[in-house]
Amino acid sequence: MCSGRVDLEFILRAFANGMDGVFVGGCRLGECNYITHGNYHALNTVLLAKRILEHIGLNPERLQVAFMSSGEGLVFAREVDKFNQKVRELGPLATGEGADLLEVKAKLEAVRQLIPYIKVSERDKLSTPLKSEELYDSLFTLDEVESLLEEPLSYYIDPDKCQACGICARRCPVQAIEGAKGQVHVIDQDLCIKCGTCHEACPDRFGAVEELAGGAEVPPPLPPDQRSLPAKGGQS
Amino acid sequence: MEGSVGDFTISLTKKPRYVVEDACTGCTTCVEYCPVEYPDRFNQGISDNKAVHIYFAQAIPLIAYIDESCIYLKEKKCRICENVCQANAIDFHQKPEKLQIKVGAVVLAPGYDVYDPAVKEEYGYGRIPNVVTSMDYERLLCATGPYDGEILRSSDKTHPHNVAWIQCIGSRRVTEGDNPYCSSVCCTYTQKQVILTKDHHADAQCTVFHNDVRSYGKDFERYYQNTAALSDTRFIRSYVSIVGENPDNHNVILRYATPDQGVKEEEFDLVVLSVGLNPPADNERLAEMFGLELNQYGFCKGVPFNPMDTGAPGVYVSGAFQGPMDIPESVFGASAAGSQTGELLDYRRDKLTREREYPEEKDVSGEEPRIGVFVCHCGANIGRVVDVPATVEFAKSLPNVVYAQEQLFSCATNSAKEITDMIQEKGLNRVVVAACSPRTLEPLFRDTLREAGLNQYYYDMANIREHCSWCHSKEKEQSTIKAQDITRMSVARACLLGPLQEIDLPVNKAALVVGGGIAGMTAALSIAEQGHEVFLVEKADELGGLARRIHDTLDGLDVPAFVDELAEKVFKNPAVRVYTGATITEATGYVGNFVTKLQSKRGETEIKHGVTVVATGSAVYEPSEYLYGQDERVLTHLELEERLAEGDEGLADSDSVAMIQCVGCRNEEHNYCSRICCGESVKNAIKLKEQKPERDVFILYRDMRTYGLMEDYYRQASEMGVRFVRYEPEQPPQVEAAESDEGKPVLRISLPDYVLGDDIAIDADYVTLAAAVVPGPDNVEISGLFGAALGEDGFFKEAHVKLRPVEFATQGVYLCGAAHYPKHIPETINQAYGAAGRALTMLSRDIVTVSGSVCEVKQDACMGCKACLEACSYDAIQMRKTKGGPKAVVNPVLCKGDGLCNACCPTGAIYLKHFTDEELFSQIDAYADQGDILEQIDAAVNQ
Repeated sequence: MCSGRVDLEFILRAFANGMDGVFVGGCRLGECNYITHGNYHALNTVLLAKRILEHIGLNPERLQVAFMSSGEGLVFAREVDKFNQKVRELGPLATGEGADLLEVKAKLEAVRQLIPYIKVSERDKLSTPLKSEELYDSLFTLDEVESLLEEPLSYYIDPDKCQACGICARRCPVQAIEGAKGQVHVIDQDLCIKCGTCHEACPDRFGAVEELAGGAEVPPPLPPDQRSLPAKGGQS
Repeated sequence: MEGSVGDFTISLTKKPRYVVEDACTGCTTCVEYCPVEYPDRFNQGISDNKAVHIYFAQAIPLIAYIDESCIYLKEKKCRICENVCQANAIDFHQKPEKLQIKVGAVVLAPGYDVYDPAVKEEYGYGRIPNVVTSMDYERLLCATGPYDGEILRSSDKTHPHNVAWIQCIGSRRVTEGDNPYCSSVCCTYTQKQVILTKDHHADAQCTVFHNDVRSYGKDFERYYQNTAALSDTRFIRSYVSIVGENPDNHNVILRYATPDQGVKEEEFDLVVLSVGLNPPADNERLAEMFGLELNQYGFCKGVPFNPMDTGAPGVYVSGAFQGPMDIPESVFGASAAGSQTGELLDYRRDKLTREREYPEEKDVSGEEPRIGVFVCHCGANIGRVVDVPATVEFAKSLPNVVYAQEQLFSCATNSAKEITDMIQEKGLNRVVVAACSPRTLEPLFRDTLREAGLNQYYYDMANIREHCSWCHSKEKEQSTIKAQDITRMSVARACLLGPLQEIDLPVNKAALVVGGGIAGMTAALSIAEQGHEVFLVEKADELGGLARRIHDTLDGLDVPAFVDELAEKVFKNPAVRVYTGATITEATGYVGNFVTKLQSKRGETEIKHGVTVVATGSAVYEPSEYLYGQDERVLTHLELEERLAEGDEGLADSDSVAMIQCVGCRNEEHNYCSRICCGESVKNAIKLKEQKPERDVFILYRDMRTYGLMEDYYRQASEMGVRFVRYEPEQPPQVEAAESDEGKPVLRISLPDYVLGDDIAIDADYVTLAAAVVPGPDNVEISGLFGAALGEDGFFKEAHVKLRPVEFATQGVYLCGAAHYPKHIPETINQAYGAAGRALTMLSRDIVTVSGSVCEVKQDACMGCKACLEACSYDAIQMRKTKGGPKAVVNPVLCKGDGLCNACCPTGAIYLKHFTDEELFSQIDAYADQGDILEQIDAAVNQ
């Protein structure tokens, strides 16, 4: 397993569990135990997670990434000691920041719900190897994370355009789209992970799936009894 | 030994152990009751052991034996052990047993003996209690040592806080009772001891009295720097005499001299003699029995250009019987001797092998988890810090744990048997061993599960040694809590583990060797001699590599003739196909099944091969210092060697030559020692003196690193009048064009002289530079093509310095020669045979097994975004069209289980088996549970 396997969710989950600090260790950058150089990905995940922490009012220094070879036990010990010291200075999670722990946990939980959306939106940046430390700070900005988390896109099926072809429902990876033959399809906004697969899958000639800008109100779904499409092929 | 090569009969006498091997469980009850206390030889006689005892904590097999101090054996009294042994394992009727073994070849690996400083009064050993040898000290430092890892001095059993090491004890001395050669390993082991001393006592003062510091091994220069940078640590370049003992406190008084303070005396709590290596004590008997020749110091003489070959047919040598060497070198040599044995006996390979049989695997996937937890003491390694019994009790309280016990060494054969037995007796379907790092022993324990008919992936290892007892040895209570946390996390994960199946792949029997220098040619020939097709690829138009620029070795061997002969053998061998002028354009595939494309003089070729050997060599630094390139009288050492070989007239007429060592290395840019330059310069200096004895030859050096038996040539050069002048990197020599007093144009070198304490100037006709060996220019590209890791200095990095020194972390890819690190020709040959030996362990198989821990895709959850496909460097993922849109699929054979794709997947559709989200979440959550409990306790206490 590579440090690149460290998922954004691992980090957020640890904090949501009340951990005061999270340390991610990986092989030295540029020296991959595999050939994948997944440690660059781990670095970017950590940089993003730091901004997320900052956004929800936690000190980003509670999260630390360090790179060392398997032969550098002393480096590891030194890094962990330093980090341990740091976390002690920062005090317990949330209270150290003068925030309310339950509130922080709720915010972390809300971010966790958005992980698929975050991964889709930041895919390119997450997989770009940063070759110099000067680039670390600017990879993700606080503003960017703010709009990402506070104003996520939404997807909505326009009942006037939907032809009930069912493609979107079949493609949806989380089965968030309700619909049947001859019935206008509807996205369950609670289940939707905002991955955009339906938007992409809806045939161009219908163009029924709309991408709603961040913060926009999603129109309420049609009541189930009004979803039937008019029968095709004229009157019978 | 009787018979001849291919058909030897070896007669052995096996001494009685007085313990029945199969019956002894290693429980050590007998040791407890044995009344005879006798100095423990393994612990250097510092502490006592019993007449019946286990030799040392990791002995294999881990069972007792009775030594000659037993009073029953001496006086026919006692027999207590026999009465207390519940396994009835004591057997005083055992007699020496005569055995005869039929073998085709013999590998001699008798190791070395430690120099005994007691032979010389002046070392004070045995006379002054607080003077110990480095081997004594090694045991004192060790957790299983005489005082369980406490450093205590013999006179008063107090902790020494001011320790001195004296280097070169018994080595590099021509006086009676000492060895003239350098023992090669002492500089670095002393540095290790300094670091460990500081680990034991952070405030300890450490002083090393040394001659040259010979950090010539890979990464040793940095190690030396790190040691020297420790607080209260001094490296003092001075001869030392042991004056005696302060009668009041038993401290040891040393006398030494420094340039600024002159001769002075200083007291130390403890003095460690860094003793050298002797040949094995029974070397002469071995030589006679196996028909081999010894050199003047009693090491195996061997055959020129083949350090493993004793010269006696079918008899090979590995390790320090070749001469002083450290562990990685010994391991190269061991694989190398193995490869040569393989060449000899290839015609009957596999005739004596047996297929391992396992019981049929039980399907327990429908059962509730029934977890067994085995907590290891690791002798004292864990048990001394972590409360093991308390951890066992804790484990029993965890959900789904139906059984838990402690073990002295879980890795011992009897412990593994115990695990197998318990799986069957208690109906366990998951096992957690809380012990050491899975890196070393996970395969062993997985095998243990297979032996019990369980799928091997129902196993998890809780690392409570490296991650706990070793790093928190001073915080015992906290360590116990942490060990319990780690165990709880493991148990949580174990509940979710599933059975996984491994895949068997065929192995292509051909090898690709990249690089046609001495290393590549040697490896290619050894592999070919064992019946495998070899593709040898060389970038240049001819074979030979950098060795083409070397004319002879320090001991006078003819290098061009050797290289020509080697190349001829390569061309004549029908199993070796040579591609010169070649560039590798593409390399794909995986262990056993690589495909490499190359462009060469033969055109474009696609090669299918099962293994790859990287032997791409190194390059030479192009100096920019000391007027090189500006003044034609400044040469590199290789250019000097070439001119000497050509009989260059200008050089022949010269009256004075000065050589400057460490040009372009041991600095910030190349922070390592190039290893070969000291020997190279001494060789050239001797030649210059032989050519014209009245010529002045100077070698300006930082440390002369003529390690091992090369020391003789250093001494010879000195005796011939070569003058050695030391310089410090802070004040390097200055070279300028000038005129001598006689008005002759010269190169003037000025530098401080640390012996005279004044600046000196040397006028030379030629200045030669020991230009560094630098990583090959194509290393980065080769690294990318074959997944061959590079180290900090740009040389290729082996998977493990000692355990896997000739292979890469990427399975099926091997390493040898100067691509790994600069080395002398015999060392290159040693390692090249070593790489061939390791490659053969793969090539000689018909199948290679691929891990079951690979990725798979939950089709429904896949959104077809290709994030995984882009993340995968092994081309293991492809898209497949389905009714539900494009979906990713994984080729399990190509997947290496890094799991990067998992982190990239937005929906969690792709998952790495054995490291699934659920399994890892369970660990993260299991840790937090305890945190919640602690919080509640805190809250309760505060109320």
